[in-house]
Amino acid sequence: MEPARLFLGFLCASAALAASSLHQRPPQPEPLLLQEEEEPELGESPSGSLWPLPRSLRILPSQLRLAPARFQLVHGPGSTAGPSCALLQDAFRRYYEHIFGYSKWQNRGQRRLPAGTELLQLQVIIGSKDSECDNYPNITSDEAYQLSVTEPVAVLKAEKVWGALRGLETFSQLVYEDDYGSFLINESEITDYPRFAHRGILLDTSRHFLPLKSILTNLDAMAFNKFNVLHWHIVDDHSFPYQSVTFPELSGKGSYTYDHIYTPTDVRLVIDYARLRGIRVIPEFDSPGHTQSWGKGKKDLLTPCFNGEHQSGSYGPVNPILNTTYNFMTDLFKEISGVFPDAYIHLGGDEVDFTCWKSNPDVTEFMKQQGFGIDYAKLESYYIQKILDIVSSANKGYIVWQEVFDKGAKIKSDTIVEVWIGNLYTAELSRVTRAGFTAILAAPWYLDYISYGQDWKKYYSVEPLNFIGCEKQKKLVIGGEACLWGEFVDATNLTPRLWPRASAVGERLWSSENVTNIRDAYNRLVKHRCRMLRRGIAAEPLFVGYCDHEARGL
Amino acid sequence: WSHMTGAGAMAALALLLVGLVPAGAVWPQPQLVRESLGGGRCRLSPDRFRFGYARSSAVGPGCAVLDQAFLRYWRLLRDAGPRAPEDTRPWKPLCTELLVSVATPHCDGFPDMDSVESYKLSTSEDLSLLSSESVWGALRGLETFSQLVWRDEDGTFYLNKTDIVDFPRFAHRGLLLDTSRHYLPVRAILETLDVMAYNKFNVFHWHIVDDPSFPYESAAFPELSQKGAYNPVTHVYTLNDVKLVIEYARLRGIRVISEFDTPGHTLSWGPGAPGLLTPCYAGSIPSGAHGPVNPILNTTYQFMTELFKEISTVFPDFYLHLGGDEVDFSCWRSNPEIQAFMQRMGFGQDYAKLESFYIQRLLDIISSYGKGYVVWQEVFDNGVKVKPDTIIHVWRENAGPYQQEVARVTEAGYRALLSAPWYLNRISYGQDWQTAYQVEPLEFEGSPEQKELVIGGEACMWGEYVDVTNLTPRLW
Repeated sequence: MEPARLFLGFLCASAALAASSLHQRPPQPEPLLLQEEEEPELGESPSGSLWPLPRSLRILPSQLRLAPARFQLVHGPGSTAGPSCALLQDAFRRYYEHIFGYSKWQNRGQRRLPAGTELLQLQVIIGSKDSECDNYPNITSDEAYQLSVTEPVAVLKAEKVWGALRGLETFSQLVYEDDYGSFLINESEITDYPRFAHRGILLDTSRHFLPLKSILTNLDAMAFNKFNVLHWHIVDDHSFPYQSVTFPELSGKGSYTYDHIYTPTDVRLVIDYARLRGIRVIPEFDSPGHTQSWGKGKKDLLTPCFNGEHQSGSYGPVNPILNTTYNFMTDLFKEISGVFPDAYIHLGGDEVDFTCWKSNPDVTEFMKQQGFGIDYAKLESYYIQKILDIVSSANKGYIVWQEVFDKGAKIKSDTIVEVWIGNLYTAELSRVTRAGFTAILAAPWYLDYISYGQDWKKYYSVEPLNFIGCEKQKKLVIGGEACLWGEFVDATNLTPRLWPRASAVGERLWSSENVTNIRDAYNRLVKHRCRMLRRGIAAEPLFVGYCDHEARGL
Repeated sequence: WSHMTGAGAMAALALLLVGLVPAGAVWPQPQLVRESLGGGRCRLSPDRFRFGYARSSAVGPGCAVLDQAFLRYWRLLRDAGPRAPEDTRPWKPLCTELLVSVATPHCDGFPDMDSVESYKLSTSEDLSLLSSESVWGALRGLETFSQLVWRDEDGTFYLNKTDIVDFPRFAHRGLLLDTSRHYLPVRAILETLDVMAYNKFNVFHWHIVDDPSFPYESAAFPELSQKGAYNPVTHVYTLNDVKLVIEYARLRGIRVISEFDTPGHTLSWGPGAPGLLTPCYAGSIPSGAHGPVNPILNTTYQFMTELFKEISTVFPDFYLHLGGDEVDFSCWRSNPEIQAFMQRMGFGQDYAKLESFYIQRLLDIISSYGKGYVVWQEVFDNGVKVKPDTIIHVWRENAGPYQQEVARVTEAGYRALLSAPWYLNRISYGQDWQTAYQVEPLEFEGSPEQKELVIGGEACMWGEYVDVTNLTPRLW
């Protein structure tokens, strides 16, 4: 096998050169305009309002009508999922509502339509013996589907329910209303599947608590944009809203108030609500840094910082030199592994500040014993290593922020490394994948960094595989995440700040690499945003204009 | 402003004192706060508390501005949190009422530039008294009062013994909303007026129409919104809507100044007013595009006369904002009839003169209706002869330091209104409120008389990227 590997290595190098010459682009200048920004021309996209754009799409000019009183979403012949599949039953009801539920159609469409012009049904056919109806989605879930809209019935075929969910969303986006309020759909053929398997949104419920309702609303919006991972950055320095059964004191003392917690019931609700939409929930319990709020409810967990000879009264990262720390983590992650069904847990590992460790004489002594010298990154790795073992023994995989990789912690080969540091992220992607690790890209998609103007274009123009590396390396990039960190975000501004800006990331991660036309994207996204409004998502405007149905109930 | 320094120093001292007690969250900070630190406080039961008129007051029950304000602030108090079960403990002292005494007997008018908003507020267990010159001052005092009430951990409401003397530093404290680039439903405007009152703003600058849409439903020219609104039924402000906004604002001591910006920013006027806009030319033939209002036709001025006659009646404020910003000359230049007119008038190639010609005639029309006007700074910059009582609105951030413009405007003897540093639509990451907060409007080179001419400022929320989905969290 050795010669073959060498040969592959050679291919890698040449591919890398080609990639660098093809894809290097100068950074885009920031718009500097005031009231006089050039108005983008709003027009019709040949792909209507579809978002994200399917992989292959043929829309014919022939229109069919849908009569709300007659149209049905049903299980098709031969489907391995039937009425006992609650996930699909719920989805049928939901999408019926999304298609028809927003106007007063009750007295319309009772008359028979001329033969050959009406669409009577959407038949959903699950092909695989195991529809996965009662499973949780996972990293390998098959989200592909085929949709064929022809008179008199449309057929949606998917191997698994996950593909059916994506196809239902697409079908609902194909339906439109004419000026007389009739519901129309064009005959169409669609084959679709995602480009990346991991398409995530990060919400931060520590810097500001987000009420359950905000999280659920966001899951709806995620489904409308074919996202499939909620990365729940649930705790951090500022507060610990996760109510642990094993260690109730953590939220008891570490949450903002008694009112600002997620009970086990809340967490289960989020997970179930997400599952029904084909969305995984990956919790992040970030350590050893970002843990100030843990200290309140867990004595001796954090490292006491010293001021010279004496304890200063403040605390640093988790104390890595105590056995009690690892006992605690074992119990906590055992609970977390049970509560969150996903195969992955995000373990954080970012931004560990060494000053407190350095100040502490016990830690210094420990460093000496272990032969770490003054290399505190080794201490960090020592800690991370033990945490990874704990999580592995709970049969979970893990995701870590890039520092864990950067600092050389020995991590299992199936570790997923999340690249977040803003500059030079392409080089980091090269390094991570060259080392054979799977990568998730978040760096260019920190949506909490707001700026004036249409910054969605910036997010849209990112090409995740635009880094130097061979095909094998590129395959290791399994997707990306749009991150909305919570320093300046709570329930008051979450939705309009996230949507439709995250939609840009949604299309980048789902659609083909060559779907990059900004004008076409603008034309579709304007409509998609109006559709989100109509479905109760207060997505903010892209630019000057209006929606037929503006946001209600704000 | 030298008379301010004493009060300013005392206010600073008061600020320090306030920092020590739970009630220290009055926003904006009153001019003078003296709070008893010796535990002088009373308990307050929202259910039993009432607002009333002092016997000495020149206005009494039936004064809608105050009657409704009492109800509003009582509700705010009541809804401040879940109610504790009826507490029958003989807990003393108990504050039971706030009496309001207004010196002048006017109640039914509109607030204006000269409205007196000062008030004195004194709270104690024996008597809480709010006295003011006008009802407008009483409104400001009620807001302050509502911010003085605080709750302890048990949920009990308290009021500290406090003396406040307050008056605004600037007479014009405005907020601009743009309902043309995105339509804002009336309820979004009303909600904004509520929050303005919570922050003691007193002018709603309604940038009601612009290039993208014309949502104002005109009785004289209904075609304007029929053809110029995003949707002629759902995306318009009917006369009733406008009246509602004006009355809702009045009840909160807020003036409504409408802006019908011309001759630029008028593309949406075109479809409903044929012949109003200048046809642009590509060489010797019309290109089909239109530019600013056509300033060479008599019909233009007849139209403006009619339209502003209506606007002058619909909007009761003495001032109208006439815009006048960002006039693009390229279309005028392309049009042969305009070129001929320029020659006849002896304007040469100076299109600013043509702009001035238009503005001049427009100002005369407005003057004939007995109205004053506010204009964007270009009107002054381009040397249009304006009446001495014109207010110049300074907005340009990128045409040299705005402080110099304020100096120029006031040196010429005009009153100035500052917006340049407060374009809140221009968002950025982080706590940008601090940048807006650190602006000192009078920090420009000029005499004390010049400084007196700065009547205030306006925070602007232009609508390119703002509609009802994000207006409130972006603005406040």
